[in-house]
Amino acid sequence: MNDMTQTLETPVAGRERIGGVILDLQNISLRFGGVKALTDISFDVREHEIRSIIGPNGAGKSSMLNVINGVYHPQEGRILFRGALREKMEPQVAAAQGIARTFQNIALFKGMTVLDNIMTGRNLKMKCNLFQHALFWGAAQKEEIAHRIKVEEVIDFLEIQSIRNTPVGRLPYGLQKRVELGRALAAEPELLLLDEPMAGMNVEEKQDMCRFILDVNDEYGTTIVLIEHDMGVVMDISDRVVVLDYGKKIGDGAPDEVKNNPDVIAAYLGTSH
Amino acid sequence: MGFFLETFLGGLMTGLLYALIGLGFVLIFKASGVFNFAQGAMVLVAALAMARFSGWATEALGSMVLGNVLAFLMSVAFMIAVAIVIERLVLRHLVNQELTTLLMATLGITYVLDGLGQMVFGSSVYTIDVGMPKEPLFLFEGVFEGGMLINPDDLIAAGVAATLVATLALLFQYTKVGRALRAVADDHQAAQSVGIPLGRIWVVVWAVAGIVALVAGIVWGSKLGVQFSLSTVALRALPVVILGGLTSVPGAIIGGLIIGVGEKVSEVYLGPFVGGGIEVWFAYVLALVFLLFRPEGLFGEKHIDRV
Ligand SMILES: Nc1ncnc2c1ncn2[C@@H]1O[C@H](COP(=O)(O)OP(=O)(O)O)[C@@H](O)[C@H]1O
Ligand SMILES: [Mg+2]
Repeated sequence: MNDMTQTLETPVAGRERIGGVILDLQNISLRFGGVKALTDISFDVREHEIRSIIGPNGAGKSSMLNVINGVYHPQEGRILFRGALREKMEPQVAAAQGIARTFQNIALFKGMTVLDNIMTGRNLKMKCNLFQHALFWGAAQKEEIAHRIKVEEVIDFLEIQSIRNTPVGRLPYGLQKRVELGRALAAEPELLLLDEPMAGMNVEEKQDMCRFILDVNDEYGTTIVLIEHDMGVVMDISDRVVVLDYGKKIGDGAPDEVKNNPDVIAAYLGTSH
Repeated sequence: MGFFLETFLGGLMTGLLYALIGLGFVLIFKASGVFNFAQGAMVLVAALAMARFSGWATEALGSMVLGNVLAFLMSVAFMIAVAIVIERLVLRHLVNQELTTLLMATLGITYVLDGLGQMVFGSSVYTIDVGMPKEPLFLFEGVFEGGMLINPDDLIAAGVAATLVATLALLFQYTKVGRALRAVADDHQAAQSVGIPLGRIWVVVWAVAGIVALVAGIVWGSKLGVQFSLSTVALRALPVVILGGLTSVPGAIIGGLIIGVGEKVSEVYLGPFVGGGIEVWFAYVLALVFLLFRPEGLFGEKHIDRV
């Protein structure tokens, strides 16, 4: 991944773009019956940064993302989003607040085309309801077209023009991951949660995905929480990294700090993946 | 010639009714990935509601036309209420659950609807009279010998059903709600993550399926009377969705028409050679053939498994 480093801005220039705390997780604990998925975890995410979560399999990384977008409700802890204490809430409320995500196991709408999948990302931005559609077909179609233009921008950005009308179930894995990112981007989120967006990809696909992530962050200022196993990628593109192990936080800081943290080396870098 | 056309048309009319019920199955299948056993019960309840409301309303307003319009609106409201109750009491608690669980839940809904419907509206045989002209018409008398005999109420019913179907097909294929509905069918969790409210989509779909059931119930009920056996008519529409594909709105329509026409025409023309009764099994045999050779139906989505 050395060639990646050269394409990046220097970390110092990157720092300046970062703003205040947008998401603050305080003492989060999550249990499934006897399984402690997360134990007393606190960290924050700052505006415009790329914040990575790393850790061995089963460490609780996905659970953390699920807590952030309301799929799981932690038994203990507080979540502040944009300074406001968050009540227990459902994923669609998180979406309405500007949180979009992708899933570790791709969760696309398999029977639908790439275009339709990405259009669903605009769902919250479209105001016409079924009855308005039935009664005012013209107005509804106008809205449809306006959003279609935005979706085409996303399609161009991700360079997937040629597969626009393909049902996603027929696409290879790497492209599906890209479409899933597209669906999240179509929502123009403030906070983007990516759960292993590069897992199972070859080197070339990973480089593409890295480029998209960096570009999104750079061009739209989107705050990104990234779960990724490839240490080269993580160290390259993250502003700060949280390290989880068995549901506990064992490290937190800039990539260099984390890399040299003895706990992290013992618990994570020492084990093979 | 006239006789063949009459048979054909008679088949089309029955087919349209199958199609309406099949459409109810498809709508709910598309939105929740589950086969809704309760569709037949919904037809029964909707027809019962219409029959009773129309009796009261006609008496109260003293006009059959006004009474029926009011009764129809009341029945629509009633079916929407049913959808809301089903979502609140059942579906809401089954988000992200196994499909079999949902399937069993619709079985439960069937019994509750059958029972409650008859408890609330009574269990005698009712009639629905929407005042459609019953005098048969002769058509094409100049075109061929004897012309052909058709019922104008059949034609009206066909027109209503066709309009309903066309509207639904457009809405579900080309609108945000249609897309949301297909999204929910594919993946609950992903749908929620893009902000699609599962609950509201389910209410919409069950309400629409309820209204489709109401139209089917009115058409069927005004021909045959409203009674418990309406609930089992849905079973006759089962082959329709196998033929058309459970995920396809046009499939339900065309499947319904093919079966309606097929069973009538084969009964009349082949029946005499095999001793009749073809009408009873035609649809099931056709469905069986499809299950063997093209399980996704005529228009359904083919499942491609990645290895
Ligand atoms: N829905 C769930 N039900 C029960 N246990 C779960 C659930 N989700 C996660 N877990 C458990 O929580 C722990 C952390 O899992 P996960 O967050 O997926 O880890 P990671 O993403 O770091 O690999 C694991 O032990 C896992 O089995
Ligand atoms: Mg995970």
